[in-house]
Amino acid sequence: MIWNEVKECMSRDEMRELQGRRLHKVVDYVYHHTPFYRRKLQEMDITPDDIRTVEDIVKLPFTTKQDLRDNYPFGLQAAPQSEIIRIHASSGTTGNPTIVGYTRKDIGVWSECMARCLTSYGVGRGDIFSVAYGYGLFTGGLGVHYGVETLGAAVVPASTGNTEKHVRLLKDLGVTGIACTPSYALHLAETMEKMGVSRDETKLRVGAFGAEPWTENMRKEIEERLGIKAFNLYGLSEIMGPCVSYECSAQHNSHINEDHYLPEIVDPVTLEPLPYGQQGELVFTTLTKEGMPLLRYRTRDLTSLEDTPCSCGRTSVKMTKIVGRSDDMLIIRGINVFPSQVESVLLSMPECAPRYLLVVDRQDNLDTLTVQVEVRQEYFDQGFDTLTPITELEKKISARLKSVLSISAKVQVKAPNSLERSEGKSKFVIDNRNIR
Amino acid sequence: MTIHQLSVFIENKSGTLVKVLKLLKEEGIQLIASTIADTAEYGICRIICSQPSKAFEVLKAAGIAVTLTEVFAVELDDVPGRAADAIEIFANEGISIAYLYSFLLGGKGVLIFRTDNAEKAREVIVSRGLTVVPEKDLSKLL
Repeated sequence: MIWNEVKECMSRDEMRELQGRRLHKVVDYVYHHTPFYRRKLQEMDITPDDIRTVEDIVKLPFTTKQDLRDNYPFGLQAAPQSEIIRIHASSGTTGNPTIVGYTRKDIGVWSECMARCLTSYGVGRGDIFSVAYGYGLFTGGLGVHYGVETLGAAVVPASTGNTEKHVRLLKDLGVTGIACTPSYALHLAETMEKMGVSRDETKLRVGAFGAEPWTENMRKEIEERLGIKAFNLYGLSEIMGPCVSYECSAQHNSHINEDHYLPEIVDPVTLEPLPYGQQGELVFTTLTKEGMPLLRYRTRDLTSLEDTPCSCGRTSVKMTKIVGRSDDMLIIRGINVFPSQVESVLLSMPECAPRYLLVVDRQDNLDTLTVQVEVRQEYFDQGFDTLTPITELEKKISARLKSVLSISAKVQVKAPNSLERSEGKSKFVIDNRNIR
Repeated sequence: MTIHQLSVFIENKSGTLVKVLKLLKEEGIQLIASTIADTAEYGICRIICSQPSKAFEVLKAAGIAVTLTEVFAVELDDVPGRAADAIEIFANEGISIAYLYSFLLGGKGVLIFRTDNAEKAREVIVSRGLTVVPEKDLSKLL
């Protein structure tokens, strides 16, 4: 099924023509509403009239997460505050979260795009759909929620946590679809097994998974254990939230809602645009956004684009599986974590030395983060008659990490010089999850 | 009234305990009692030995996290129930034991412990007439 056949099945020429018109409009809009972009465009001697077709995009400046941080909280917002009806936030490396304000129209576009994703997965009226992404500042919960309502299916705002209660609801309500992180889906399957609830006792048949990388093997495992079809759902809060791209019945690569989010692939080093088929950094320009439109936003996700015809009938361009990041960001339980965030917490503690190791693992299908940190020689030299000061220190570090990262980390205090030092570039992160 | 105990921070890695004990061996320092409290990642090895001050200096010089702590050493008759009697005295006075271990020396039982209130523990030991073992006697008995 296709939610919006006009937009999702447009000919490539019509799409490019539409994108060109919308691109001109958004550049004109930010030129007159966002001093940040006006200054940038003026410095490059570009006026909105120079941007007429989609090919003109290469003339435009890039936007990075750092730009959002530097202009915290509302510096890149184009719409007046009186037009903003919702504000989301995602974690930032320096303690400054990224703030995204949405107008009523933005929420409408988001809901429409999300309804397209859900329809593509085979969800429709009469379905009962459980949203097990976190509700709150994170865009996952509310983003999918509004899409389900727009679609006309019944939404169960389960959010995360209390998995046993969730299993009961799935079973008792006859829930047919679910959205969550792929690792939570496996955790859910495990909880069901522990509770003695078999997959046949539920009516689950479809799942939308995203917010963290996952493999084909995980897909197979989720499909087998929950008895469902599992689809990829991609998005990022800076651009909108979940809804940017979605898999179709082909379950192979994700269609981009490119009438709203114009994708490009660029070389992450030279920033030169790369043709379809070549792998590079994914860049998005929001074509219709009012709250915080962004020009050429660098996602840091590495992927490639393809516009070969799809068996589902959609003509929109598809992005392949994300193969990595062009920065050092980790995605743990759906939350973005930068090693530099951990470092800034550790450096703020006089007991800690700037020597640490992050170990990311997956236990019982849930991501775990362990932070090993060496204490300073002066602290260590005072000696310890009991282990209490060390466990207290671990608790203190853990609490601070939790408040900055929004996820729990296990902290292990180490003796000075006990963490392995590698030759040359020190290794700060060990990711044992094997999700590539 | 108290004796000196070495508390050594030890990471749970093979070879760390051996390193500590070898350093003491090279200096001819003899262990009288020792115990290890451990977690998954590290432990504290507590040692009563001959020449504790020298042992402290030796370990410190080798870069080992060591501290010299004063602990109580109370002598008890080697008959069943004496430890219970002694600890009950402290419990009745509201003194908590942080850690405790015991060993036999010259036919007598010795309780080594640290409390959360050393001042009060001293008073109780004096008023209840408990026998404390002086540090010099420990080495003498070896």
